[in-house]
This record gives sequence, C-alpha cells and structure tokens, in this order.
Amino acid sequence: MSGPTGTASTESGTSGTPLLELRGISKSFPGVLANDRIDLELRAGEVHALLGENGAGKSTLISILSGMYHPDAGEILFEGSEVRIDSPRTAIELGIGTVYQHLTLVPTLSVLENLMLGSEGGFGKLDLEAERRRFDELAELLGVDFSPGARTGALALGQQQQVEIMKALWRGGSRILILDEPTSMLTPQGYEDLRNEVKHLTADGLSVVLITHKLHEAIELGDRISVLRRGRKVGAVSPAELRDQSEEQLSEQIVGMMFGEQASELGAVELEPVAAGRLSPDRKLGEVALTVRDIDLEPDDDVTGLNQVSLKIRAGEILGIAGVDGNGQRELAEVVAGQRRHVGGELLLFDQDISGLGVRKRERRGLRYITDDRLGEGTVGDLDVAMNSVLKQIGSPPFWKRGAERRDEIDRFAEDLVERFDVRTPSVQTRIANLSGGNVQKLLLAREFSGDPKVVIFNKPTHGLDVRTAEFVRDRIREAASGGLAALVISTEIVELVGLCDRIAVMSRGVITGEVENRPGVEEEIGALMIARAGGNS
Amino acid sequence: MSDLLSQDFLTALISGALVASVPLLFASLGELISEQAGVLNVGLEGYMLFGAFLSFVIAYNTGSELLGLLGGIVAGAFGALIMAVLCVRMNLDQIVIGIAIILLAEGSTSLLNDAAYAETRPSLGTPSEFAIPLLKDIPILGESVFSQHWIVYVGIALAFFVRWMLLRTSAGLSLRAAGEQPQALDVAGVSVVKTRMLATLCAGALGGLGGAFLVIVGAGSFTPFITQGAGFIAIVIAMLSRGRAPWTILGSILFGISLSVATALQLIGISIPTDYVQMLPFIVVIVVLVLFARRSYLPSALALPYVRGER
Repeated sequence: MSGPTGTASTESGTSGTPLLELRGISKSFPGVLANDRIDLELRAGEVHALLGENGAGKSTLISILSGMYHPDAGEILFEGSEVRIDSPRTAIELGIGTVYQHLTLVPTLSVLENLMLGSEGGFGKLDLEAERRRFDELAELLGVDFSPGARTGALALGQQQQVEIMKALWRGGSRILILDEPTSMLTPQGYEDLRNEVKHLTADGLSVVLITHKLHEAIELGDRISVLRRGRKVGAVSPAELRDQSEEQLSEQIVGMMFGEQASELGAVELEPVAAGRLSPDRKLGEVALTVRDIDLEPDDDVTGLNQVSLKIRAGEILGIAGVDGNGQRELAEVVAGQRRHVGGELLLFDQDISGLGVRKRERRGLRYITDDRLGEGTVGDLDVAMNSVLKQIGSPPFWKRGAERRDEIDRFAEDLVERFDVRTPSVQTRIANLSGGNVQKLLLAREFSGDPKVVIFNKPTHGLDVRTAEFVRDRIREAASGGLAALVISTEIVELVGLCDRIAVMSRGVITGEVENRPGVEEEIGALMIARAGGNS
Repeated sequence: MSDLLSQDFLTALISGALVASVPLLFASLGELISEQAGVLNVGLEGYMLFGAFLSFVIAYNTGSELLGLLGGIVAGAFGALIMAVLCVRMNLDQIVIGIAIILLAEGSTSLLNDAAYAETRPSLGTPSEFAIPLLKDIPILGESVFSQHWIVYVGIALAFFVRWMLLRTSAGLSLRAAGEQPQALDVAGVSVVKTRMLATLCAGALGGLGGAFLVIVGAGSFTPFITQGAGFIAIVIAMLSRGRAPWTILGSILFGISLSVATALQLIGISIPTDYVQMLPFIVVIVVLVLFARRSYLPSALALPYVRGER
C-alpha cells in the first residue's frame, strides 16, 4: 500500500479534537484519480495551507468540503462526529464558507444583494436595515472601503474578493473559511491586506483552509502545511516545524515533497522562479520591430479604455507589461493584433503603418498574438489537436487544396508541432478540450511560432500552468527572442517579468504609468507604478 | 382630421388598445420572470393557446368567468411544466423544446376545438365590466380606461408587484442570480433547478392567463391559432423591458394600440384593407427592435442549462 508518506504522523502530536478532520477521502473523475485517500485535519483558530501544483487535487478537495462534489470514499468528521456534506447548503449550515478561485459573484447585483443571496425568507420583504448593519460590522472587521450599494461588477478584482470573503462569513456562526488561490489576482498591497484580514479572523477563532501553489504564501500564512501531489497527500509540516525552521530549510523540505525525486533540479526553478535563464542584457538587439505611439481606445462597459499608450520593441528584445489584471493589457494586445480598432495614434510594424490592416494581414507580415483565453479564443474545443494547429490557415494550401481538406498534410504538420513542443496528447486526433491547460498552451505556442513570426504578443503566457510547463513556455520565449523575435509579454506576475524581460512597462487603468529597465531590485519600483494611479484597488 | 380626434374614436382606440394589451402584459410579465431566472420560453405562444382553449371550455360549460380564467392559468402552467421538466431538470435545449411546445399546442387545441365545437361554434356572453366609481365619469378615459374587466387592473397591479418581488425579496434575488450567475446561487445553498422551474411555471401560468383573457374578455370564443403571434410579441416586450417589470405595461400598450387601430378606424368609417392593418403590430416589432434592440439586456445565463461543477 502506498498511502500518504512524509511527516504526516507529526500531526497527532497536538492534543484535543480537531474542528474538522478528513479521513481517507478519495474522488475520481473519468480517467483521473483526483483525490487518493487524503487525510487532513484543521484546528480552531488555525490556518492550514494546502500546497500543490496545478492538478494536484486541491480544488477537488475543497469542492468536497464545500458540498459541490461527493467523495467516492472516506469520511469527514466535524468536531469529532461524522457528517455528510451533500450540498452547498449543508456546508453553509456547518459554518463552512468558501471563497472560490473563480469568483462566484453576480456582477449585475449590488454588493449587498450578493451578500443576501440565499438568505431565508422567500417572498417576504428583505430586512435591508438589518442587512446593512451586518455589512457595516463585517466591513469594519475586514477594513473594506466600498459601499453596500455598489454594483459588484464595477469593483476592482481585489475588492470583489473582499466581497467574496464577506459572503463566506455572512451567515452567522461561520467556523471555517476556505480560500482557494486567493492571491492569484491581487497586487502586492492586496496581498498584505489579505494577510491582515486572515490574522484578524483567526484571532477571532475562525479556522482557515488556504489553497495555494505558491510556496512562500504557504509558509507565511500557514500554521500548518499539507502538500498534495497528483491527488495524494505527500507530506505535511507541523506548526512546530514552521516555527523553528528557517524559511530556506522549510522551502527545501517542501519542494522535496512537491516534486519528489526530481526535487533538486526543480527546487531551483521553484525558489528562484524564473531569474535563472534570463538573456544577457548586453546582447545586441536589432532594428525597431513594433512601434505603438499615442494609442487611444474608448472605454466601454467591459472594455478598459487606453489613453496615449506608447511602446517600442526592437527585434530580439523582450518587453514586459506588468499590472493588475484588467487594466487595459488585453485591450492593448487586441489593438496591436488587429482585433480591436483604436482611435488616434500610430501602429507601425517595421516602420510600416498597419493600423488599417485586419488580423490576417497583420499575421502575414509576421505579427502574432497568443491569447490568454486559450479555450475560448485560442482554440475550438470540439475540434481535434490537428485541426486546431491549422485553425488560422483554414482553406490555405498545403492543408487545403481547392477547398478540400488534406488530412494527411494537416496531421503531419500537427505531429511535427506536437513533437517539437512536447505536447502531451494521446494523438493528434484527440479533442483539444481533453488536453490540460499546459498542453493547450504548448500547442498554441507551437502554432504561432510556426511560419517565422517577427513580433509576438504573449498575453499571460504562463497563467494557470504548473511550474514546469511555465518554465518551458518561458524558455521558448527566451529562445525565440535570442533568435531575433520581438516579444511583448503581458503578465500579472512580477517575478516572471523580472526573470524574462529586458524592459518592463507598467499599466494601470489603461495608461502606461512607467517603464523601467530590468535590473536587480526593480520589483518594488514596479509595485509602486502598479498602484500609482490604480487608487481604489486596495 | 377632426374625425380622428372624436370622442368615439378615442374611446374605441384606447379601450381597444387596453383590451389588446392585457394578454401581452400577462404573458410578458411571466416571460420576464422566467428570463430573469435564465429560462427562455420560446413556447410562450403555446402556453397562451393552452390557456385560451381550456379557459373557453371551462367558461362555456360552467358559465363562470373566474373559473375560466383559473383554468387558463392551470393549462398554461401545464405547458410550462413540460418545459421545466425537459429543459430545466433534464437540460434539453430550450429553443427546440419551446418550438415543440408551440406545435403541440397549435395542433392539439385546433384538433380538440374542431372535434367539440366545429359544428356549433358557441360563444360566451359579454364580459363583465368593473367601472371604478367617480373615475368612470371622466370623459373618454372614464369609458375607455376605467370601465374595464377587473382583471385589467389586476394585470397592472401585478407588474408593480413583480417589480417589488424581484428587487426587494429573497426569492427575487435568487431569480436574478439564477439567470445571471447560477453558480453563485448554487454555492449560496439555493437550488438553481427549483428556482428556474418555479420561474418557468410562472411564465406558463401568466401566459395561460393571457390566453384566457384573449378568449373570455377579448374574442368571446375560441378559434384555432387565436393568439396570432402574441406570445412572440410578449417575448420581445420582456426582452426590451430589461428586467424592469413596469416597462412591460408600456410595451404592451404600444403593441395594443397597433392592434386596435384597425377596429377604431373602421368605427369612424375610414376603411383600410384589413391585411395592411393586421401587419401593423409586426411592423411595430421590427421598428422597435431596430430602434431599441441594442439597449436590450439579456441575463448572461439565459437559455443555458446549469450543471453543477461545470464551467
């Protein structure tokens, strides 16, 4: 039997009944064993960090705790007695509140309405007075600065997350707060706020389950850490160990658990996330490949406007765009790619104006855009890998001849891409929707890198990928840049940009608030620029 | 020109418009509730037909208007139950099932009508009026607006009740969340399926009531296809109201006027070929859509089935 190993046994050292205990929880989906006999315990007033790569089974586990999935085997004990959490309502009644990674707010409702959602009362009149008082109480506890009547969709992402936390605590008697990757869209300042909020809440006796794939967060926020890998719990760090060991020792130990035998080499990747392979800043760059000058874009309900955006990238250079998600990065990328019309300003590709050209014409001139919406905009889920690899060339030779599809050509082309970019797929005839996010991204990279691109815009190229795939993607970007590609990399992870780029521009509310040369210690400067004009995003 | 503004003409026009607009008002209110919860009732026309036929059968046989109207509600809700089970519970396609319901309603009501009443062609007596004291004495308006069947006033009151229900009750919040972001409702511990089924039944009940009104107060008898596209017009009204119930009154009256203009014109002796006049409501639909469709707002999850855990 290959049950959980590592230092799990140290947990039994603490006395008293745990608030929540999981025993041997298993859950499988067709073809995947997402959770394999997981044991876990949570004590009152404690932060239990669940750490693991993408696909380690963290999200499945919390879905079980919050009543969205039912485990195939195993038992859940709440204050020592067995419970069955068969629906979200049961979870709420037990006092388990969950903040999901994908926000579950209704954007068209006001903050207060979102909080009241699901309250009893049917057709009776809602007691707005009392609800507003409750809001004020929680607002003070969490230190939020928006009004209960604000339209939720109009709040900044960090604020929406605060609404989520309020929602999780809204029904009286909350005992456990589950936070699923809560920092994925926060600014450094937002992270500090979250840290304080968690401290306040645990001081009040609330227990927190924190799901994260970031090592430093687990160490900083957790009182206890459990490490998941491929659906199994592969190790744990007890409160005593967390107290007594240095951060380096802990990191080393945990990376060992996360990656098993390959830990030594990958450890470097995880700890020094991306700085390792940075291209020499002294290398020789080519001519200016892309010029964006004074571009404006009208804002709209769900479009962030652009205001006088200017950028320049030389051949062989990597320019990063930092900023909190939703500050106009996507719009800028779409304007350059030709998917969105800008007003005013100039758009030059090797000194030629491309403002009037459509997407396809820009592509023929060597400009490519790799979207962050991989499944929506980048691929057609129902088509197979092969067809997706020629998606942008439908109808053109050699893949089509007089309108007839030439399957052999398409398959051969796709097989070559799959091979070169190490896309893990059973065959090129597999539906692309069945591939993991990392493999879809690899195929997109392969597709856009084929046919000799000159300028490529990468929109959050490693978003949601596990460490290894993310590093693979960054390596390919570096490799292409050293071969003369001008790369524009949009990312919300500052460390990633620091490890990748020659220069980093920062966007906030559709404006470039500054541009810095990449040098040691540049992170703080970037952080400051990110919130320079973002204002309310705390 | 003065003929056009004569008392007779105005009374006929306003009164006719009101009568024509009430079925639209009920049906569009029902559809609005259901759309807020994420269910698009393409089959609204079918619910109305079911309601129209059953209410006629009951009113004719019992002689009771009230029982007839209740029968309409039940029959419409029955049509919506098919929709709720197949689409909300079993996640079948809302548009396909909606079309099937229309066809079913058209076929079955025509057949049953032919079987039972083709020979006799019976009709109901004059509908009762409820004149509001004092207000009924106002010239023109007194006769046209304030001397109507009581159900007319119920319809108008209902629009404001629906508005209050959507904005100020817990049930209304659940409805809106079910149509906009059903996952949020689910994690809040409220059943998306139950919420949507209830909303769909509302659409059926109100659509059926609209159909019943058409027969009992409007025509006085049932004829096959009596709804003449009213269900579709009601869907348009619901969409243009963007979830704000009182707007359905305005929309319904606009279409009601276009439906009643023909009768009013004939009354004062201006005769336009009826074919042209009957086209009017549909021309109005097109004009309204061209002018305002950009401003219509549909809930994000409209017509999409909800499966827990699927994104």
